[in-house]
Amino acid sequence: MSKPLFVPMWLRPQSRSGQVRLPASMVLPSVLVAGLLLLPLGYLVFRATGVEPHVWRDLWSPSTLRILGRSLLLVIGVNASVWLLSLPLAWLVVFSDLPGRKLWTVLAATPLVVPSYIGAYVLIAMYGPRGLLQQWLEPLGIERLPSLYGYPGALIAITLFTYPYLFLGLRSAMMSLDQSWLDAARTLGQSGWKTLGTLLLPVLRPALAAGSVLVSLYVLSDFGAVALLRYTTFTSAIYLYWQSSLDASAAALLMLVLVILTMVLLGLEFVLRGRAHIARTHAGAGRTVTPVRLGRWKYAAWLLLGGTVFMGMGNPIIVSLIWLVKGLAAGAVLQPVWQAMGNSLLVSLLAAVTAVLVFAVPTAYLAERYRKLSARLPARAAYIGFGMPGIAVALSLVFFGARHAPWVYQTVYLLLLGYMVRYASLAVGPLRTQLSRINPRMEEAGRLLGFSEIRVLWRVTAPAARGGLLTGAALVFLSTMKELPVTLLLGPTGFNTLATRIWSATEEAFYARAAAPTLILLLVSALGIAAIFSGEEL
Amino acid sequence: MNNRLSQTLYGSLRGTVASRLLCGFFLFLAAGLTACTMPVPESQALVVYSGRNENLVAPVIESFTAETGIRVEVRYGGTSAMAATILEEGPNSPADVFYGQDAGALGALAKAGRLQVLPEDVQSLVDPAWVAADGSWIGTSLRARVLVYNTDELTAENLPANIHDLTDEQWRGRVGWAPTNGSFQAFVTALRVIEGEEAAQAWLEAMIANDVQVYPKNTPIVAATGAGEISVGLVNHYYLLRFLAEDPEFTAANYHFAESGPGSMVNVAGAGIVDSCSNCEAAEAFVRYLLSQAAQDYFLSTTHEYPVVGGQVDLPSGAVPLDTVALPEIDLSDLEDLEGTLALLRAVGALE
Repeated sequence: MSKPLFVPMWLRPQSRSGQVRLPASMVLPSVLVAGLLLLPLGYLVFRATGVEPHVWRDLWSPSTLRILGRSLLLVIGVNASVWLLSLPLAWLVVFSDLPGRKLWTVLAATPLVVPSYIGAYVLIAMYGPRGLLQQWLEPLGIERLPSLYGYPGALIAITLFTYPYLFLGLRSAMMSLDQSWLDAARTLGQSGWKTLGTLLLPVLRPALAAGSVLVSLYVLSDFGAVALLRYTTFTSAIYLYWQSSLDASAAALLMLVLVILTMVLLGLEFVLRGRAHIARTHAGAGRTVTPVRLGRWKYAAWLLLGGTVFMGMGNPIIVSLIWLVKGLAAGAVLQPVWQAMGNSLLVSLLAAVTAVLVFAVPTAYLAERYRKLSARLPARAAYIGFGMPGIAVALSLVFFGARHAPWVYQTVYLLLLGYMVRYASLAVGPLRTQLSRINPRMEEAGRLLGFSEIRVLWRVTAPAARGGLLTGAALVFLSTMKELPVTLLLGPTGFNTLATRIWSATEEAFYARAAAPTLILLLVSALGIAAIFSGEEL
Repeated sequence: MNNRLSQTLYGSLRGTVASRLLCGFFLFLAAGLTACTMPVPESQALVVYSGRNENLVAPVIESFTAETGIRVEVRYGGTSAMAATILEEGPNSPADVFYGQDAGALGALAKAGRLQVLPEDVQSLVDPAWVAADGSWIGTSLRARVLVYNTDELTAENLPANIHDLTDEQWRGRVGWAPTNGSFQAFVTALRVIEGEEAAQAWLEAMIANDVQVYPKNTPIVAATGAGEISVGLVNHYYLLRFLAEDPEFTAANYHFAESGPGSMVNVAGAGIVDSCSNCEAAEAFVRYLLSQAAQDYFLSTTHEYPVVGGQVDLPSGAVPLDTVALPEIDLSDLEDLEGTLALLRAVGALE
């Protein structure tokens, strides 16, 4: 190939554009899986038809708009702070000469596993008006810290426990960058900052867009953290109304508003992602990673990484240890959690592998390789479940399972489907980013050599997309480790995980009993992430 | 990576990451199936959906099995979530018994016709005040509304005689409540029934105007009271007793309002038999067991709730005998209008 080193490919090669028929081997599984993932949407529509007229009246009230506005404000704020945190973190663990970058990656990814209600509780216990920090400062005459409640607290909590979505996606995208592009920019005398603006950010657009969508949908669907930090969002309002009234129809109608919001966000992602497809055109000769020397900046880097990890993991560990010590001193009896740990690992790894192989591979491939709208839809469908609160997903599958598929109801299969509905979308984004980096001509070469479409996917695309596959698996793994409502409602009766044990103990203020599972959850998740990333070649 | 790519392109036979992943997947699926289908659910096991916490009721359920030999499978979850699950499951529900911790969820199931009427002799075990009017559910333990207060700051003598005194200027910003909590909402319903719609609305508005602090549920209120974030909080009585059990130095105490009124109302945790039960006899035995002396003693000593059967002899430290409390005259079956309470709470802006 005598192409120049760096060519943004603005368009796919002609042979892959609109007129081409999509391969049935990809379409069938995609449509099937996407259909399953859309079950909850069907349920919502079905339930919402039975809604009483006064709910419509309530929906069109100024207070609905106000609460929606509060949700959107939080979405915007969390996105801004997640960008500010994740971009430098990802850059540091990919491009800098910081020692122990792999360890930092694992540590910085693990806060994702902290359930948001635990994260919020821990923040209040540490930094609340009369939290631990205030107690340590009391000798200095500080009686009360400024209130954490409301917008600032919700912003901090959700940022801390969602930034890994963007961090991991960016990291995977940065690792698949052609080092020669950066070298070229440097050779041409471009400064680091200018490279960031003219090369890095544009190339990272798909990853930024994908990560932001996940973060935004998380904000929209969460109610644990915002409830504890006393910031009412649209979802927490629906949840609390539903919890008291058990009025499924009204909740379903309001949830459909949330689905519409999800779709709007997906549209925004499409715009943000941009139409550019940037792939390597060249084998990338001489591609040796030259880490950027941090020099004196390394202290700032330590501070940023250390501070983030401390806030994300250190705080929960400190608070859990305090619970443990206080509880043991008062004679609390701990319960063994090995079975819960085994169950957590088992279902989370199962969910991660299923999400990547059964769902993400066919849908991401279709969406990236074919420019038809219909090819993109299955990948989009997955996001609906992530934008819905877990309890809604769980109840919709209870409805379908118990009434129409009793043979899988309350088995691990339906539980797994629940996890897919919630989290399959997490595996799609990183894989799409990675696929967009792989030159379709590589695949075409494979086809020319007589391989079938599936075989090319298997032998050419999958190995090259390894980083995206693993990152997707890591995101699904961490999210499933902390998942609660789907596990409680759809798991086999008597099924325990670390997350259900933590919930059950904190729910009734048995904090000492929550400590061990919380610590084990953090430890096991960090080890799991380390194992998943050990599959990468660095 | 690109070298690797071209290697595979030209037919290297090395296993790809995808094939390894796929192998792993099947291994896990196989493992998942063996691990999770091992305890084959026998049709004879009694299935209980418990909105009550495992840490609170698992010992009672175990002793039920020890006593009767009936195996029990329990699904734990939030009270609302468990009730909603039975509603969504429809006639195929595997649940035999619903065991919940507020009369509201029990009432919602009863209203949807999902609970069987309990036998007369079971109903008669308990004071009719704690049984559904139609006999579809029965209270199994009692939970009193109290005012929890910080003992560093206050003594019982400084505390208000009734809920209305909390709207005084001296309590500005010092009171915590949990308007989204089921027990709080039951209390507001009682307030509406006892003092009327207008008085209830006026009280709620005055509390909000007095900068009442909003919490998502009882536990954080008790935690915040002990920490001194707020001075007093409107909660159920037993949360504090659990804090004290883990930390005897915890700086808070319960106070029952001196004057009789909705502020000192008593609610129930209760159980009902699901209409589609497949193990109805065992379900009835289970409900009976919850009312047995052994179970009632357990509630008193361990979950710190008041029993519905028998006297209240050995109260845990920090608890006051219910017969010394000025209880309001109210029938729990009069507290069914939750819709009205939610509408009122929304109207005054308490749910935002």
